[in-house]
Amino acid sequence: MLEYIDKIKKLSEKLLTEGKVDMIIGFKKGTMPMIHEPCIVKSPSDVNNLVWDSLCTINLANYLTDRKEKIGIIAKGCDSRNIVNHIIENKIKREQLTIIGVPCKGMIDRKKISSMFDQEITEIIEKSDQIIVKGDAFEETLNKQDLLAENCSLCLHRNPVIYDELAGELVEEQKDIDTYKAVNKIEAMDSAEKRSYFEDLLSGCIRCYACKNACPLCYCPTCFVDESRPQWVGKSQNPTDIETFHFLRAYHCAGRCTDCGSCVQACPMGIDVRAFTKKLEKDCFNLYGWEAGLSVDQPPPLSTFRPDDPEDFIK
Amino acid sequence: MKVIKIDKKAWAGGLEKSRSGYKLFGPVKEKNKNFGIFKELGEKQMPDLKIETRLSPKSVIYPQSEVMFEYSTDETRDDCNLMKAPEKDCSPRAIIGISPYDAAAFLILKRNFDTPEYKDPYWCNSFEASTFIGIAVNEPDSTDFSTSTKTGPFDTSGLDILLVDTGDDYLAQVVTPKGEKYLKTAGWEVEAGGDAANKIEEMKKAAEAKISSHISFENIKNKSILELYEADFWEDISFACINCGTCTYVCPTCWCFDIQDENKGNKGKRHKNWDSCMFPIFTLHTTGHNPRETKLQRVRQRFMHKLKYFMDKYNDGIMCVGCGRCVRLCPVNIDIRTVCKTMNS
Repeated sequence: MLEYIDKIKKLSEKLLTEGKVDMIIGFKKGTMPMIHEPCIVKSPSDVNNLVWDSLCTINLANYLTDRKEKIGIIAKGCDSRNIVNHIIENKIKREQLTIIGVPCKGMIDRKKISSMFDQEITEIIEKSDQIIVKGDAFEETLNKQDLLAENCSLCLHRNPVIYDELAGELVEEQKDIDTYKAVNKIEAMDSAEKRSYFEDLLSGCIRCYACKNACPLCYCPTCFVDESRPQWVGKSQNPTDIETFHFLRAYHCAGRCTDCGSCVQACPMGIDVRAFTKKLEKDCFNLYGWEAGLSVDQPPPLSTFRPDDPEDFIK
Repeated sequence: MKVIKIDKKAWAGGLEKSRSGYKLFGPVKEKNKNFGIFKELGEKQMPDLKIETRLSPKSVIYPQSEVMFEYSTDETRDDCNLMKAPEKDCSPRAIIGISPYDAAAFLILKRNFDTPEYKDPYWCNSFEASTFIGIAVNEPDSTDFSTSTKTGPFDTSGLDILLVDTGDDYLAQVVTPKGEKYLKTAGWEVEAGGDAANKIEEMKKAAEAKISSHISFENIKNKSILELYEADFWEDISFACINCGTCTYVCPTCWCFDIQDENKGNKGKRHKNWDSCMFPIFTLHTTGHNPRETKLQRVRQRFMHKLKYFMDKYNDGIMCVGCGRCVRLCPVNIDIRTVCKTMNS
């Protein structure tokens, strides 16, 4: 996987030199050991700033919304599914994009890694399937598999579903994954337990909206939390308002969320935002056999209907 | 320099004793998380002096959401349309375990809330009732650039007491009479030996030497506002930003707020809530016009405010204490140190 970046750089340079794209959207090396910064590259000589490794977590499709340029975008599996979503929802035109698809075996979870060590982590070195974690007074080699973000460990679409170029050979998709294990656990709780679970989950929320803003799906010109005539949601720390934001946002993602995990990675308070969205994903799969973002030709389940759609909620 | 020696064995007892005169606030580990938040300490609850504080202590003086007053618009009532301030507890409180630069940040906040023309009573009453007991940072991490911002891991400018953890005990440097009063209430009155002041000075130098991150803003001071405002680097700087409120909410020096009424029927409350210049509707006018409609304008505003406008207006350094929270917590790694370097070049 570490070889991908060479091909990504070559492709980017070619696309920019030939004028096929006005810009490349990718990542540049971060100023902290476990994160990279999304960036644009406009000049062929700057392609050397691009990086690609297991820390390229945030969904770059988020940066395509309503742009007018011709864009070369580096997209892993989940990113590519969100690009499909964006095309279906008219947030970007297919013709504008040259998609550099990147097969992915998962991104590592920097918060998980931080919590494993008492001291500050000063360097991460990636070597194929292993990650070397270094601090001032320690060095440990861990298996990448053990450090994956939860959504990555459950991923069924590691290869990009739409692309113009590939940065590497397609990888084998995972099989026999119990994708909804965590959701099932919550569903099995009784009412009181569930209430308590969600109260605890959201107790730290400061309504920074990092989750919503990191999400490629959340692009409404005025989000419902910002509507003021009339106002739908209060802006204080009232728990009901906080819950309303999270539950309602999850519903807006139903049938569209690709479980890219950007919401969880973005949250400064360590809230598992996916607890909400994963449930909606499960429901769409069970009710409509639907998985988001796999094909530009199929409209999402909530914007269309079939005569044989389940109707047992009509009593 | 007056220094009191607090044997760690006497720490818990002293804290308990101080409750007779003070409400106690300090860092408390969040359930199931590896970081802490400043909260009021419950009965027998101890402040965690080693944990990373995710949000700054500004919320103790300036809560994220505060009720300014309540009202009724019911014309059958005597108190119709009268604004009633809620019962607010401004009894003396001690904020324990605050880092020296978080305390220095309160002096920056004070410039906004306590001015010759206007004093915000909500902020001022809380601030004046507080005694700040800081804990010196012996091991600053790589995102700590506090020595570049006129403060530092042992800075006493915002504190009433500076605690220095020497291993077996705390050396409590008395900075103000308020601090002295607290120590007396806690029953910590044994003065440390003659070399305590030197020991603190030594440890201060050692901590400052460990600071590996530095910024400079000399050139920003000398450049004109327009030169910085119209520079071509803002597109690159702002690209990654997702316009969430993380940086502003975790920042100890950010002060913007929004005032909102929440009504039900004919009763209501007026709230003062934290707001963020990063949010798209921050500058939305009632006409529908928004002078900072684009992400670039908002990102530029944040860094210009922090690193230029504040410095020009008050002539006292930048609006940042180098705590590093925004650097560690930005979801897309926008780093104020890099922006400062770009603006300063």
